[in-house]
Amino acid sequence: MKYQSQSIAKLYFIAAIGLFVGQILFGVILGLQYVMGDFLFPEIPFNVARMVHTNLLIVWLLFGFMGSAYYLVPEEAERELYAPWLAKLMFWIFLVAGALTILGYLLVPYATLAEITMNDLLPTMGREFLEQPTITKIGIVIVALSFLFNIGMTILSGRKTVINLVMLTGMTGLAVFFLFSFYNPDNLVLDKYFWWFVVHLWVEGVWELIMASILAYVLIKITGVDREVIEKWLYIIIAMALITGLIGTGHHFFWIGTPGYWQWLGSVFSALEPIPFFMMTLFAFNVVNKRRRDHPNKAATLWALGTAVMAFLGAGVWGFLHTLAPVNYYTHGTQITAAHGHMAFYGAYVMVVLTMISYSMPIMRGQKAGNDRAQIVEMWSFWLMTVSMVFITLFLTGAGILQVYLQRYSEDPMTFMVTQDKIEVFYWMREVAGLVFLAGLGAYITSFFVKGEEVKIA
Amino acid sequence: MRETFTKGMARNIYYGGSVFFFLVLLGLTVDTVRSLPKTDNSQNLTEEVAAGKRLWEINNCIGCHTLLGEGAYFAPELGNVYTRYGENTEAIKIFIKSRPKDGIPGRRSMPQFNFTEEELEQIAQFLKYADGIKTARNWPPNIQG
Repeated sequence: MKYQSQSIAKLYFIAAIGLFVGQILFGVILGLQYVMGDFLFPEIPFNVARMVHTNLLIVWLLFGFMGSAYYLVPEEAERELYAPWLAKLMFWIFLVAGALTILGYLLVPYATLAEITMNDLLPTMGREFLEQPTITKIGIVIVALSFLFNIGMTILSGRKTVINLVMLTGMTGLAVFFLFSFYNPDNLVLDKYFWWFVVHLWVEGVWELIMASILAYVLIKITGVDREVIEKWLYIIIAMALITGLIGTGHHFFWIGTPGYWQWLGSVFSALEPIPFFMMTLFAFNVVNKRRRDHPNKAATLWALGTAVMAFLGAGVWGFLHTLAPVNYYTHGTQITAAHGHMAFYGAYVMVVLTMISYSMPIMRGQKAGNDRAQIVEMWSFWLMTVSMVFITLFLTGAGILQVYLQRYSEDPMTFMVTQDKIEVFYWMREVAGLVFLAGLGAYITSFFVKGEEVKIA
Repeated sequence: MRETFTKGMARNIYYGGSVFFFLVLLGLTVDTVRSLPKTDNSQNLTEEVAAGKRLWEINNCIGCHTLLGEGAYFAPELGNVYTRYGENTEAIKIFIKSRPKDGIPGRRSMPQFNFTEEELEQIAQFLKYADGIKTARNWPPNIQG
């Protein structure tokens, strides 16, 4: 670690991992509710558990992104962070606001939470992923702006590398597009249309910039490959991400009352969305093969290659599977979507944050890499989580294909609930895979505490 | 990548491409918003429907159901529930009203929300309005949603 202020990232990463555990525990609860419908009912109904599951994911990924930025921006800019105190203050504000929001979901009925937080003044609650009370949303904006100010000032008065500028652009986009969460018209079609300006333009737009810049940074560090080469890749990857992803938003506008031309535009452009992810895979393997040094952190290398592959499979291949309008006509809003969502989020965003944590955490703890035994446990956790996520995705895909056939495609369509009973076995297998994932997460956390011979910073 | 393809070219593709397609998205958005009145059933967007939408939101219905295919996949699609229930708002109200407080042993069940008659009417009207939105190819594929 070259600059003292980089160590603020540690705080962010610890919180991220803690919330990750919460997210997975609720995931396991949800999986069980799929097969035991009355599990925890009416204390924690499915909708509440799901809100906790998805909101914890978003919040911990944001912690992960911000932590990554606080670690890499000073080093790239070759100066201390502009205002370390502000980063610390925002950490606590974000953590407390996040925790209060989650507790609010769990302790009072959602309608009561809406009342307490005066949702009527500016109604923004109750839309998927944007369930946070309006006041929490305002808090998120404040945290995001303070964060942007902090890294922006650091970058402006320091060395301006491509990685830093891409990170800053991605984070600015994240903050700007979140503002659409405050727009909630009564007209349902308009509401849905602009809801995607947050959700799609985040995960299939600016988040890809953040992901690519984190990946590029870690690859420079662990391979020692020339920065010029890596920056060229970075530009072309994010260029393809935005060229395909912006109009690719149209694949969400097939069936919500929007004009017919979106069927063509959305299909064609979103069919190209795997390209940037495929390039990321090529990039990662290429750069690792051309490495100029053998970094002792084997686990970080594994995560970096893993995220490139899994993002391509989850976001690219599983996205393509149901993105063409004639296919999506049948698959829209089924377990196919759930399958894609799980592997895409894990492969692209969970794994890239874990890549950064894997690389930087040992350094912040005064070593160049984790000791051999710790790395072995960490790599075990990589395989447990990654393979179980592959199986979760396959089982949900199986459930989805059957669901589409029984409920939408066959001569004599069944009702939703009857169909759900028929495909129960897939949900059971998914739940088992989910428990393996939880075990993998346990191994991951254990890896931070495994003692062994230290790998000193040279 | 070969030397003939320089970092500068990659950078220009990024800036040029993203600005261009962002402007295209903006243009298409303007066109979409302008043409929505033809399909969005806004002629039936009454105060009652708006109130129903708010109830839909503050009870987090999207946390289990899909509406026009978006939401959670734990409970039935509601974008066509009005049609599925025989174009009868009373049937929708009776279903919501009759949910057992403690659920159904071993099975999924919708919570009992204790809505007033007025609220029930608002939700039913909101679902009727949503059903009236003209989706492409009349999605969902069939009455089961």
